[in-house]
Amino acid sequence: MTLLEAVAVRKLYGTFCALDGVTLEIPSGQFVSIIGPNGAGKTTLVNVLTGLTPPTSGTVRFKGRDVGGVGPVRLARLGMARSFQLVSVFPALTVRETLAVAIQARRRRAARLFASLTGDRALWDEVAMVAALFGLTDELGRPARTLAQGDKKLLDVASAFALRPEAILLDEPTSGVSTADKHAIMAVLVEAARRLGIQSIIQVEHDMDIVFGYSDRILALHQGRIIADATPAEIRANDAIMATVVGRPLAAR
Amino acid sequence: MIRAAAGVALVALLLAMPRLAPPYPITLLLPAFAYGIALLGLNLLFGTTGLLSFGHALFVALGAYTAAWLTTRCHVMAFEAIVAVAALAAAVVAVPVGLLCVRYVKIYFSMLTLAFGMLFYSFLYKFYALTGGDEGIRVLRPSLLGRGFADLDKVGFLTGPFYYYALAMLALAALVMRRIARSPLGLSLRAIRENADKAAFVGVSVRRYRFYAFVIAAVFGAVGGTLLAVPTGLADPLLAYWTHSGNLVFMLLLGGFDHFLGPLVGAAAFIFLQDFVMSLTVYWRFVFGALLAVIVIFFPRGLLGLLPPERAA
Repeated sequence: MTLLEAVAVRKLYGTFCALDGVTLEIPSGQFVSIIGPNGAGKTTLVNVLTGLTPPTSGTVRFKGRDVGGVGPVRLARLGMARSFQLVSVFPALTVRETLAVAIQARRRRAARLFASLTGDRALWDEVAMVAALFGLTDELGRPARTLAQGDKKLLDVASAFALRPEAILLDEPTSGVSTADKHAIMAVLVEAARRLGIQSIIQVEHDMDIVFGYSDRILALHQGRIIADATPAEIRANDAIMATVVGRPLAAR
Repeated sequence: MIRAAAGVALVALLLAMPRLAPPYPITLLLPAFAYGIALLGLNLLFGTTGLLSFGHALFVALGAYTAAWLTTRCHVMAFEAIVAVAALAAAVVAVPVGLLCVRYVKIYFSMLTLAFGMLFYSFLYKFYALTGGDEGIRVLRPSLLGRGFADLDKVGFLTGPFYYYALAMLALAALVMRRIARSPLGLSLRAIRENADKAAFVGVSVRRYRFYAFVIAAVFGAVGGTLLAVPTGLADPLLAYWTHSGNLVFMLLLGGFDHFLGPLVGAAAFIFLQDFVMSLTVYWRFVFGALLAVIVIFFPRGLLGLLPPERAA
């Protein structure tokens, strides 16, 4: 089943063409990585796919619905979540509260005026479960601003995962993290996705070890166009793509 | 434990005040109670949601004028009815005003609320037949729980039944606001204050919840306004003037906007401080201006910022 699709999507910023006729289909169950050199249009593509930026032309559909520029709240309700390249947290809210914000929004309880937050056992049980998946159990009572950078990143991603979306788009989920920690984070993300029933992960990633290690499929973007849409093995074997995207063939690394 | 004991002691002291203190400080506590309720609302908007309104006096004035209209022109004396109508009127006015204002944030939100406040001031000032113009409208003594207390003189009424009534309303308002602050909506509003973009991406309807906060704040403002009007016996346009909105913000900063009791402490501190400084010098505004500067620079979390922070929900 096709979860997310883009048809002939163009995005212009003035005269600059950030996306030039992108067409893609992402079925349920795939881990897709979007790669490309700086300025290739990766983040613009994620922004268009998640309805944050309306395309200049073309359509984006999620589960068959046009989601071009629908806005983040409707998108979350439809079953798509995202995280950003730069860490985005609620500085004064604790880890517990941060996860609760997402979970109560998903359960459509975020506007309840007189309901007791502290007495909602199901909410706090789920908060504890998600925190455990991301290794944040010991940090539950700490305000987000006091967390280490790596934990902030995990919390940011965890709050998107807490929405239990069908598809999640992650813009450089391991950026700013040491190479040693990158694989640990990816293992957490893959396991959390499996446990929370998330069907598809779409990530923008620069680290080719991560891209090749976890993806089912790779989309290579260059100057706003998809120049390759293939399996990791096929991309690895294609020197021309590797030279364009990574700057050199894999053999030279 | 210490907090709970301090709270019980404070409530006991306030209950005993009419027997312990002469009438004058009691009459000063009445506006402090009224402002306390209005500020609980303003703080939901500012301290919790992160929207600074410079037009909150609009709703305080609306509450006061509702009391004036109902007692003087409609001969409705039941204070419970006055409070209910004021709350309803505030909600009705807050819907269109709020829908427009919450489209903006930061200084733009503040300026827009200021503009609506001044618009209401002009309305009160110019529409003489409806509002009494610059003279305002008298507020007659209301009945409380069906009793008129005709045997009591004005001071006896204000420092007796009305004092306890106002204190009970403040306690009720504080309990309701406490519940709202600890509700799912309260948590969503804090998330919006901290990072509205992030909140939207975890499914929080940012603009809609800001609007809810605006309407709730307006209702608290108007309820406070009804209480404010009774001791003075007058609703006049200056209640909606921007300096009055400024005073409300000052009270909030004085008490501490990131503490639940900040509004109540701020209101009481402002009223007593104003009374004290005014008795010393005619240049009291100068002293208050300097004081505000000192608070913002040295005590940005207000008087209650001197206490340890509250436990997270």
